[in-house]
Amino acid sequence: MNKKLETVLSKEPSRRVQYSITGAILLILLVSSSPALGGANMTSKGFEIGWNILTGIFTPDTSLLFGLGDSGVAYLILQTIAIAFLGTLVGAVIAVPLSFISATNIVPRPVVLVTRFIIMAIRTVPSLVYGLMFIRVTGPGPFAGVMTLAIVSIGMISKLFIETIEDLDTGILESLDAFGSTLFQKIRYGILPQLGSDFISILVYRFDMNLREATILGLVGAGGIGAPMIFALSAYHWHQVGAILIGLFLLVFIVEILSDKLRQKILHG
Amino acid sequence: MKLYDKLFDAEKFTLTNGKTVSQKFTRMPLIILMLLIGITVSVWVTGFSLTMLFTNITGFWQILASMFPPKLSYFFQVWRPLLMTIQMSFFGSFFGSLMALPFAVLAASNITNNRVINLVVRFILTVVRTIPTLVSALIATYIFGLGTFAGTVAIFLFSFSFVGKQLFEYIETVDMGAYEALTATGADTPRAFVTTIFPQILPTYLSTALFAFEGNVRYAAILGYVGAGGIGMILNEKIGWREFQSVGMILLSIFVAVVIIETVSQQLRKYLS
Repeated sequence: MNKKLETVLSKEPSRRVQYSITGAILLILLVSSSPALGGANMTSKGFEIGWNILTGIFTPDTSLLFGLGDSGVAYLILQTIAIAFLGTLVGAVIAVPLSFISATNIVPRPVVLVTRFIIMAIRTVPSLVYGLMFIRVTGPGPFAGVMTLAIVSIGMISKLFIETIEDLDTGILESLDAFGSTLFQKIRYGILPQLGSDFISILVYRFDMNLREATILGLVGAGGIGAPMIFALSAYHWHQVGAILIGLFLLVFIVEILSDKLRQKILHG
Repeated sequence: MKLYDKLFDAEKFTLTNGKTVSQKFTRMPLIILMLLIGITVSVWVTGFSLTMLFTNITGFWQILASMFPPKLSYFFQVWRPLLMTIQMSFFGSFFGSLMALPFAVLAASNITNNRVINLVVRFILTVVRTIPTLVSALIATYIFGLGTFAGTVAIFLFSFSFVGKQLFEYIETVDMGAYEALTATGADTPRAFVTTIFPQILPTYLSTALFAFEGNVRYAAILGYVGAGGIGMILNEKIGWREFQSVGMILLSIFVAVVIIETVSQQLRKYLS
């Protein structure tokens, strides 16, 4: 490389002190986190299982993968999508009023603090815990999954809704006021067009996330594709595991592409 | 959509200057129809019923109420698994993010000018990302045995794929001018990358890694459910024994830890941008 350039590059401000301090902090944190590596006792059996899962993916149980019955992968995928779809909708129904009473431009500050604390608390409880709680309400099955996803979605949906609501352009409402619109007209022509596309885009995004969430709810018996996978795994039916993993991959992959496209279309026309 | 527009005529308006403009027929009925079909099918498949929800919802409140007040003395058994959960998240996020950097460089088409390598690396990232963390944790417990290591592996895989995807998409948008100038003077690719591209992506890289860490702490709390270590183990146990006051204490501890970590990480991310 050019000599001149070398000298210019070497004159750049040296951040060595900054970098070494950051490095040292990271190193200390890493060393103190090393217990996280505990409990690894990989035996030849573990290796064998890993190999079995891999061969299972390449030689899936075709009758399960292409089966159209109640236990076929197609039906399980439909059920998982249904759980995610309904869960997102119910979550949205709860989140909309909650986000309006948590937006600083609509309600006073103390109220906002309380409602935001509630949203934060709802968000902390892990989904599987909600799943176990709802199973007492609805019995095991996909219905419990729907309710679980609804509650789990509230946190993120309302957080993003609040941001959208706080970005509302009030100038439009004032001008609508100025030529004497009724309240209904103000909402229809002043607020809905501003919020609509953002809200829908947020919901599509959350649906995408809920789908991933729905695939694991089966662990607690809340329906979806997760339950058969657990059974297959614990029974060492690797070909079935392979079939379900392939279904899972296709499902998540396709929905992700579709939801990205849809959101692009909604937001940018 | 085209067929729909043909079926229903567009509305025509004549403006005052004599021009005619047309507005397509509203698509609202179609959207509502599709939503209704979606809802009906979903309700039918999942067995959703509002009446059942309202008659049985008291059970939900009962469990919730029985968590209060949380059994504070139980904290002495909680802090150790909680710390372990945070350690797992940190370790997994750190190495996942570290590993993501070379992969992101290989996946970015403006740095690695080889379509095959780009596509293969992107495919790997996508496959890893579609597997839910809990599933990879479960598989890891089969391979590495029960314990925190399996959880760390699952978090590592998630952070790797998440940071990798975000980073390669960001690398493709950076300003290539300086990079090209430096290669033109004869610098080799690694040198040019470190001096021109790396400073541009560093803030985004770090803030993505922090974001992944934040999410992982929240997520690691349930990994114990499949035996992959951390606070989820005792959470699962206490729910099984219906000791809901202890469950309340565990959830309270997670809440406090998550709030602290999120606040610190958000401050750091604000500083980075």
